[in-house]
Amino acid sequence: MEVMLSILIGVLVAAAVYLMLARNVLRFLFGLILISNAANLAIFASGRVGDTPPLIPEGFDAPVAVAANALPQALVLTAIVIGFGLFAFALVLAFRAYDALGTLDSDDMRVAEPRENAK
Amino acid sequence: MSWLLALPIILPFSTAVVAFFFKDGPRGRWWSVLGSLATLFAAMALMSRVLSDGVVAAQMGDWPAPFGITLVADYLSAVMVVITGITGLAVSVYALSDIDAEKERLGYHALFQVLIAGVMGAFLTGDLFNLYVWFEVMLISSFGLLVLGGSRAQIDGGIKYVTLNLVSTVLFLAGVGLLYGVTGTLNMADLAGAVAESDRQGLLTVIAVMFMIGFGVKAAVFPLFFWLPAAYHTPAFSVSAVFAGLLTKVGVYALIRMFTLVFDHDVGFTHTILLWVACFTMVVGVLGAAAQSDFRKILSFHIVSQIGYMVLGLALYTPLALVGAVFYLVHHIVVKANLFLVAGVAEKLTGSTELSKIGGLYKSAPLLAVLFLVPAFSLAGFPPLSGFWAKYLLVKASLDIGNYFVAAIALAVGLLTIFSMTKIWAEAFWKPHPDGIEPSLSRIDRRTLLPLILPIAGLATLTCIIGLFPEPFVQFAETGAAQLLSPDAYIEAVLGSGT
Repeated sequence: MEVMLSILIGVLVAAAVYLMLARNVLRFLFGLILISNAANLAIFASGRVGDTPPLIPEGFDAPVAVAANALPQALVLTAIVIGFGLFAFALVLAFRAYDALGTLDSDDMRVAEPRENAK
Repeated sequence: MSWLLALPIILPFSTAVVAFFFKDGPRGRWWSVLGSLATLFAAMALMSRVLSDGVVAAQMGDWPAPFGITLVADYLSAVMVVITGITGLAVSVYALSDIDAEKERLGYHALFQVLIAGVMGAFLTGDLFNLYVWFEVMLISSFGLLVLGGSRAQIDGGIKYVTLNLVSTVLFLAGVGLLYGVTGTLNMADLAGAVAESDRQGLLTVIAVMFMIGFGVKAAVFPLFFWLPAAYHTPAFSVSAVFAGLLTKVGVYALIRMFTLVFDHDVGFTHTILLWVACFTMVVGVLGAAAQSDFRKILSFHIVSQIGYMVLGLALYTPLALVGAVFYLVHHIVVKANLFLVAGVAEKLTGSTELSKIGGLYKSAPLLAVLFLVPAFSLAGFPPLSGFWAKYLLVKASLDIGNYFVAAIALAVGLLTIFSMTKIWAEAFWKPHPDGIEPSLSRIDRRTLLPLILPIAGLATLTCIIGLFPEPFVQFAETGAAQLLSPDAYIEAVLGSGT
């Protein structure tokens, strides 16, 4: 299971980097959401993946069998929510940029830093 | 005890809520000033406790460390909290005249207070994942502040700022996940021991580099700084000032914290990278500034160059160098925020920040000229201002370990800083205004002028005080640096108090 997850993370990161190298801001944002999900999966995997429920039998103070750690799962949940909020903002910003600047090509976005000899 | 640590975070958050309810009227801005004042007092109270008791820690919700979230303040955290309080108050007073009703209606004061709360949280937390959350609080409110008003330049700068900062966030988050996988803990004090004992040192170094890149983007070091000069000159002057003063310093603080407390297992590798990064950052930043011709763009590139000095202090990793880094952090927040505030007044008087279109300030507004010279000379490192002592400590530290090359770079960059400061001086202050306007301070009516000049004068006075009486500040930084280099007191305060 861990091997499958790491392969999946690798594929996600590769696809994300490919998308993020594009000049189009929207493609970049799609890459960003892929890579942030890859990071979430990495956290998920860091807490061990198992099929035994993390229950503590009476008389013990820790699970007897090796079980998945619940803390990283809670962390992933937080990270997903935060990432969702940020991504929603970034999408709206990209939309506004297309509205205001008339382009999504990051090479043409030179309003804040105009070229030296621009007319 | 736990209230003392939580108040600098709770107060700005509550102020944000109140200010949001009053966003349609003029009362919101006064609430913002009041809240900033209360936050500053809370920060001072925390500082006095840290000065008398040493490292202060509290477990939130009474979950014992390392399982719950810990808030902890050592000397470095405490001084950063106080200086954040001072900057927050100065900028919220300045905003009384700088922010128009339209931006207020869009929620400027609420966003500003949330930003301050995020910065405070990042300085006070002792938990790595919690640090990530504070970074996000800071990020989302800074996104809002940056594009507030929605001019074309702001949207353009905003795209670059938002996208590159999100990438750094992902790297930081992935680093957190991997670090937890290797060590099984996220409490920074607990991590210090876990990293030292771990037998997977190679993997930990890889994770350390991930953190270095993640925080490096936030701190705007070479070669990860491009978002900063693309965005910092676009928003309102109050926003520029608080970004310039605080946001990059949170990145530097996180670097210092992680690379003294947790990742000190392979100093020969990580800190050598940091040393090269620091040198390149100083040089590239100052050269970038020399090529610019806009008041705020010059200042933005100088942030990058000055960040190099702070990272240099961390990279040299000697007691004196860390003293220099801590001193530099404090000095630079005050000076840089102040320079942006001065730029704001200059723009209001002359109508632009483009240096070729303005002038005549020295003749018509001598008071503003003096108030510009104090932070500008301090930035360049003129004695007896605060920047001189900060640079002196760092140069002395590099000479002490025989690193003459680094010392030479630090001095040369100081010289180039003077060059671009004199460029601003000659263009904006000395030469007559190209349109023949006399930009005297009386062009702004008295009630608007006072909130603009008061914070500038206050911060300039602080710069002079640090410069003229550096002894207590250096002693403070020495204790702070000693705590960073031997973090036993920090670890004991966090882990000991729970048992």
